[in-house]
Amino acid sequence: MNIIVCIKRVPDTADAAVNIDSSGKDIVKDRLTFDINESDNYALEEAILLKEKLGGTVTIVSVGPPECEDTLRMGLAKGADTAIRITDERFTETDGFAIAEIIKSAIKDLDFDLVLTGCIATDDGASQVGPTLAELMDIPHATLVTKIDVNNGVVRVHKELEGGLTEVFDIKLPALFAIQTGINEPRYASLIAIRRAAAKEIKVLGAGELGIEEVSLKTKVESLFRPPVAKHAEILQGTPDEVSTKLAQILLSS
Amino acid sequence: MKKIFSLVEHRRGEIPDVSYELLTKGRELAKQENGEFTALVLGHNVKEFAEKIKKEADRVFVVDKEFLKEPNAEAYQIVLSDILKKESPFLTLIGHTALGMDLASSLATSLNIPIATDCVGIDIEDTGKMPVLLVTRQPYNGKLNAKVSFAAGSQFMITVRQGAFTSEQGNLSGKIIDIASPIEKEPDYRKFIEYIEAVVGAVDITQAEVVVAVGRGIKEKENMSLIEELANSLGGVVACSRPIVDADWLPKDRQVGSSGKIVKPKLYIAIGISGAFQHIMGMKNADTIVAINKDPNAPIFNEADYGIVDDLFKVVPVLKNKIKELKAS
Ligand SMILES: Cc1cc2nc3c(=O)[nH]c(=O)nc-3n(C[C@H](O)[C@H](O)[C@H](O)COP(=O)(O)OP(=O)(O)OC[C@H]3O[C@@H](n4cnc5c(N)ncnc54)[C@H](O)[C@@H]3O)c2cc1C
Repeated sequence: MNIIVCIKRVPDTADAAVNIDSSGKDIVKDRLTFDINESDNYALEEAILLKEKLGGTVTIVSVGPPECEDTLRMGLAKGADTAIRITDERFTETDGFAIAEIIKSAIKDLDFDLVLTGCIATDDGASQVGPTLAELMDIPHATLVTKIDVNNGVVRVHKELEGGLTEVFDIKLPALFAIQTGINEPRYASLIAIRRAAAKEIKVLGAGELGIEEVSLKTKVESLFRPPVAKHAEILQGTPDEVSTKLAQILLSS
Repeated sequence: MKKIFSLVEHRRGEIPDVSYELLTKGRELAKQENGEFTALVLGHNVKEFAEKIKKEADRVFVVDKEFLKEPNAEAYQIVLSDILKKESPFLTLIGHTALGMDLASSLATSLNIPIATDCVGIDIEDTGKMPVLLVTRQPYNGKLNAKVSFAAGSQFMITVRQGAFTSEQGNLSGKIIDIASPIEKEPDYRKFIEYIEAVVGAVDITQAEVVVAVGRGIKEKENMSLIEELANSLGGVVACSRPIVDADWLPKDRQVGSSGKIVKPKLYIAIGISGAFQHIMGMKNADTIVAINKDPNAPIFNEADYGIVDDLFKVVPVLKNKIKELKAS
């Protein structure tokens, strides 16, 4: 079972202030911390688990600047065999479609049975790369995948639907699955493994190697702005003691 | 004439709200553009659905085949791409649902149509020559909005977030048109097997009057007792956002949100929960919502009635004691 996992390095914006930069089209990134996208981390773990069970290799791919190599190295430390970073000046402005086209050109000649991606990136939230890449590669796919059972070239897939319902179906390999969080328990790499991965080579591919003259964008962010607020909470002010007293009174009087 | 299409989803005999919202929005845009609005229904024995939505559109396209009984995204793609190729609509709307996430990006790619996903706003601006299509999206889990434009073209596709638009009943007299399917059975690369029902646990959070929900801000499993104690002091139940279930700190039946439970308690307290729309969808109809979060810009404060902007570890223990004291006095 040879598996390719697509990984995105994203800023952690759940805990941090998100500010719009001077272009008005992107956010200020220099004070944010970055890490592997949440659902991609589950996809990576699923690939390593499948490799441990069935043999084969895990190749991880990321489109992005040199800092992405930290994320890729962590993937190598956890158990991936090969890492590819795709980068080019021409790839600075992209969208889900463009990223899928770029990744396709990097993996189309590799020998693989399965491609895994995360089901959503926490920055753009578009959930586009997985299904778009599958269509470009002409392989079947499913998103929001919560279980994978491989059996003789057919995968029994569990997909999460609304309200906690699960759809079960069979998909023929080769296929692409966009993995939902919670499918497994992502591991941490050991210090020794991290040290060993530091010395591993990461293959870097540019537009030239991939034969891409120009990326075609299907969509473009024109502007970012703060969401208009219909209603905002009444914020209770004071020390923890004061706000707790106020809130306790509100809660018990209603 | 400009054609606009909306896909009407259904599963196990039910049409989700988002489909009615798309029917309303599609009809509205078609009217604005002097165009024609078509609803698409794929399924088996779906005459009843077609009748039900006749008033919503100028035309209702029905593809009725046994193999379309369950919504299979790969089968839908083959059928829809055949229809869209022949009809070349200016705009096709699909729900950003579990089905829509499988279907739309792949379908758009196969037809070489630009697509934007999970949109909360759609505008067609007439600039004189060409109408310009713009959508609004919410990147960074709702912390920002983005206006997004499309590459030049004559056909576009948009997936729409549930709840982004309201639904109103239409008063058109749509023509129901049977459409042939290019295939007669499910493609052999994706075969439906079965559904597995959501798990039912010991506590039914949908029945509780007070729900105290905890999110990733709680940091460690050991800290969960803080939330339990607060819930006990209020006679409520503990619920949570998705990451808490993903980490196995609470069972799935305690998860609030689009892929969990929809709750409507008298009081909902969200602690260390950012307020991603998938979570909001599960609790926005609570009578009173309180949020405790250290990030003043957390989207949860746009849903809450009362907020405390502080470290939950400082507030929650004190709050629990204050509630106990007040109750005792
Ligand atoms: C298809 C799909 C379905 C989904 N379904 C659901 C669903 O049903 N339910 C659901 O909840 N999610 C769902 N999600 C996930 C959702 O998108 C969010 O990722 C999730 O809701 C985030 O949970 P959270 O708010 O607990 O964590 P985060 O977004 O990480 O937020 C943590 C919050 O805690 C705050 N915090 C941190 N430390 C402290 C502290 N010491 N004191 C106070 N505050 C603190 C932070 O400021 C932050 O706002 C779904 C996602 C997808 C793609």
